Amino acid sequence: MRKETRRFALGLAALALSAILAPEAMGDDPGAISIDRPWARATAPGAPNGAVFMTIVNRGAEDDRLIAADADVAKVIELHTHRMDGGVMRMRQVPEIPVAGGSSTNLAPGGYHVMLIGLNAPLTEGTSFSLALTLERAGAIRIEVPVAAPGAMAGPDAGAHSHPMGEQ
Amino acid sequence: MTGTSPGAGRSGAQRWAAYAAIAVLALVVAAAATRWIGLPAPPGLGTGSGQAEIGGPFTLIDHNGETVTDETFRGRILLVYFGYTYCPDICPTSLGAVADALDILGPAADAITPLFITVDPERDTPSRMKNYVTFFHPRLIGLTGTAPQTAAAISAYQVYAERVEESENETGFYLVDHSAFIYIMDRDGRFLGLFSHGTGPEAIAKRLRKIL
Ligand SMILES: [Cu+2]
Repeated sequence: MRKETRRFALGLAALALSAILAPEAMGDDPGAISIDRPWARATAPGAPNGAVFMTIVNRGAEDDRLIAADADVAKVIELHTHRMDGGVMRMRQVPEIPVAGGSSTNLAPGGYHVMLIGLNAPLTEGTSFSLALTLERAGAIRIEVPVAAPGAMAGPDAGAHSHPMGEQ
Repeated sequence: MTGTSPGAGRSGAQRWAAYAAIAVLALVVAAAATRWIGLPAPPGLGTGSGQAEIGGPFTLIDHNGETVTDETFRGRILLVYFGYTYCPDICPTSLGAVADALDILGPAADAITPLFITVDPERDTPSRMKNYVTFFHPRLIGLTGTAPQTAAAISAYQVYAERVEESENETGFYLVDHSAFIYIMDRDGRFLGLFSHGTGPEAIAKRLRKIL
């Protein structure tokens, strides 16, 4: 009982603290993070999985990290990376994708990607879909992901940009 | 074990027998060590001379449901890649490079047959393979089979493939770790060389042009 009271007090304190800190974290530099050239590859009919690539640019001084992604196009969305190990490609889920302050992180074929597991329909070249990203500091960013050719190594539109739009 | 009567002291003969046994054991260990050292280096690192050849006999089922063997493709230059249709990035990168290389070569590529052999026969049915490979190039041939059949092909090509149990999630999804080399086989089914993952279509086409 005492333990629970303490936990409750701690929770309340954390809540109060986050209420104080959150506007600072969000409002201080809302444009610190932008997403450059997001894209996905077209998927074969019946192929259940896809991958989304992009460059996450952090113009702010503080480190940030991509911690979640969500989209309607697939049943499960995970953050993944690849590790090359003596010619063997090992794909693994990661809890986060870091973007250091003043730098950028590439999500590209053979490395980091947003993995779309259990596509509801094939991704068709020339179309696009909406993807919601959650960064620890910058918060929610919604982007539109254009679909490129099946074996493409880069996105169809090098000029596409997106900006944080806040929680939606 | 040796049948000596209990209580008997160690005779000279017994001691010699023990030395001999130790010597034989040492020889066996040395031979085994030599054999390990002599095993083929990981593909892409080894020179290939005097080592176990990559490739060999296989019996598989093509994406139209027909049984094929290595003999089916004699007289053809083969590009052999192992992967699976649930693979969202590595396999599309490789198959996309192969498809683009074939297009760069144009009619010269007619002597080449590109094969995509699954490391995931449980999920990759012939029809699933057909949908997948023809999406990348109309000339790509997808091969699947029973688990022992694909395992034999994987072994013949010295490919590493292993299901990742920890990747399984509530949708029944799982990943398969696999080697990502594209093997070149000559018209007699012999190993000619390989491309490591990420080799671009221009580089693939350039090397193939020398072989054709
Ligand atoms: Cu992945």
